[in-house]
Amino acid sequence: MCAMPVRKEATLPLARYDKETLKFFYETMVKIRNFELTVEKYFFDGEIPGFVHLYIGEEATATGVMANLRKTDYIQSTHRGHGHTIAKGADLKHMMAEIFGKITGCCKGKGGSMHIADFSVGMLGANGIVGGGFSLATGAALAQKMQKTDGVAVAFFGDGASNRGTFHEAANMAAAWKLPVIFLCENNQWASTTPYRTTTSVDDIADRAQGYGMPGVIVDGNDVFAVYEAARELIERARRGEGPAILECKTYRIKGHFVGDPEMYRTKEEVQKVLEETDPIPRFEAKVLKAKAMTKKELEAIRTRVEKELAEALEFARTSPEPEVSALYEGLYV
Amino acid sequence: MCKAVDRMKTITFSQATLEAMQEEMSRDERVFVMGEDIARQGGIFGQFKGLPAQFGTQRIMDTPISETAIVGACVGAALAGMRPVADMHFADFAGVCFDEIYNQMAKIYYMFGGQKPVSMVLRAPDGLVNQAAAQHSQSLEAFFCHIPGLKVVIPSNPADAKGLLKAAIREDNPVIYFEHKALFSMKGEVPEEEYLTPIGKAKVVREGKDVTLVSYSMTMNLAVKAADMLEKEGISVELIDLRTISPIDRETILNSVAKTSRLAIAHEAVKQGGVGAEISAIVAEEAIDCLDAPIVRVGAPFTPVPFARPLEQAYRITPDKIAAAVRGMM
Repeated sequence: MCAMPVRKEATLPLARYDKETLKFFYETMVKIRNFELTVEKYFFDGEIPGFVHLYIGEEATATGVMANLRKTDYIQSTHRGHGHTIAKGADLKHMMAEIFGKITGCCKGKGGSMHIADFSVGMLGANGIVGGGFSLATGAALAQKMQKTDGVAVAFFGDGASNRGTFHEAANMAAAWKLPVIFLCENNQWASTTPYRTTTSVDDIADRAQGYGMPGVIVDGNDVFAVYEAARELIERARRGEGPAILECKTYRIKGHFVGDPEMYRTKEEVQKVLEETDPIPRFEAKVLKAKAMTKKELEAIRTRVEKELAEALEFARTSPEPEVSALYEGLYV
Repeated sequence: MCKAVDRMKTITFSQATLEAMQEEMSRDERVFVMGEDIARQGGIFGQFKGLPAQFGTQRIMDTPISETAIVGACVGAALAGMRPVADMHFADFAGVCFDEIYNQMAKIYYMFGGQKPVSMVLRAPDGLVNQAAAQHSQSLEAFFCHIPGLKVVIPSNPADAKGLLKAAIREDNPVIYFEHKALFSMKGEVPEEEYLTPIGKAKVVREGKDVTLVSYSMTMNLAVKAADMLEKEGISVELIDLRTISPIDRETILNSVAKTSRLAIAHEAVKQGGVGAEISAIVAEEAIDCLDAPIVRVGAPFTPVPFARPLEQAYRITPDKIAAAVRGMM
């Protein structure tokens, strides 16, 4: 049996990280942040329709996890899925166009923000149903096992989703069959407008791992190094056929539940304090600069590159046409 | 489908589904099946017996009692390149995993812009048998016909049971396969040679000129008996077995109604909001001028399935009830 969850910190010296990994961390986090800020702006401008849920403040989690995944590994995302999609390697142009509801979008304008997917990079879909992805990821992991690959699947979920019955069924099935799936909890403290602790029986979602006979690990989800190292261990374990695990990343949802959320349930000061103290991007910058693992110039070059890529994506999305009405009946059946 | 020269054999409905599984699992190694009590027990109706010996328990998998995870995992496995068959044990349990069926399985192909179809089959044993009462007897097929993205098939005999299951497994779109529990022991002729029953095509089982009687599943067999009774009274009944209820074969129905000018529909499911209502609406919208009499629907009363014998008997559709309804139209 597995014991209580383990709290882990980053222990690997920075010198052990190769430059490519560090660049991936920074570039991915900055890309997610700027992408989300752009989406927020154009939502408020009325150009982006529908419901949009931003990943701002949680960038280190998707980034740290995805740095361990191959293109052929699968992820199941959530309604807050832009960060996962970007980190898994989706093309920004087609993502942005999808969020704008354009025919050039990765889902041809049929999905939008809440139902974004890019199967070409193993991103099996955001899910508008909270807790809808657990069993899908479990099935993708089952397929990997049946196909005798050493691929894995990662099911992203929030603290709120951990209270769905779907979590129990998938966790038990995955553990009983030793499937290569990681249940990746982004504990951002808020289940929509409800502080998770008022509706959840445990402080740590990873506590529940022991009930399924799988390891549970807790990390600071705003420390990309801690996420990366903990995820690496659990993912490698899953690749070896040793079964699933729960990795709980403690983070914080900086923006409202959705863009336009009046956020009556918390103060601006609370959010500002968390942002100032734990924002993963300045933390990364401070750490690598202090250790001289990266230079200011290198960081700036990455930011410039991201800005350019994002500007192109935005231009592509804004100038792309909307779907023709004839597309309504297209793609319902093969 | 079956040519006149085909050699035939007589097997049960259950054996027919078993042969379909064997043939498709031999043909395509991506096909596997998971469900409750299917490997060790062989399925409650024996419909999986012998498969583990032939294909191993990695492909015939006993699951936890977790319908949500069963259907969800099949959706995920399909997205990752497998062709899963999920067994629902009893169709009534589909309520447990309805989100996986209608928000995931049915929508993924459309809402993700056609990136990958969810090529899977959900087998759902339904209907009245052994006074199993409210939560083990239902005919819930109408729910599934209301969901764009799914195909729904519902055979009435061993030959179609085999042909439709094979076609469903080869189908790229997700298919719900209803198999009436009272049919599993029914014997019937099945071609010796390999064949598929096309999805989306109804079958004119018997030609007639006075009235079109549409049915499917177990009730189709009762409709045949009703037609025999009516025939003796001089009423010529054209019998249509829908076989697929989503998409509905409108053409076959409309052609028949154009000929007979009368339409009756019989099914075991509750009449209110049933498949019969949809067919009635199609004919009312497109061929009301053809009709010489109001459309008649024969379906279960608007109650849960009761347990006690007289109550279940009163609830149940019978050949007499169907015949009486048709007689009233003439």
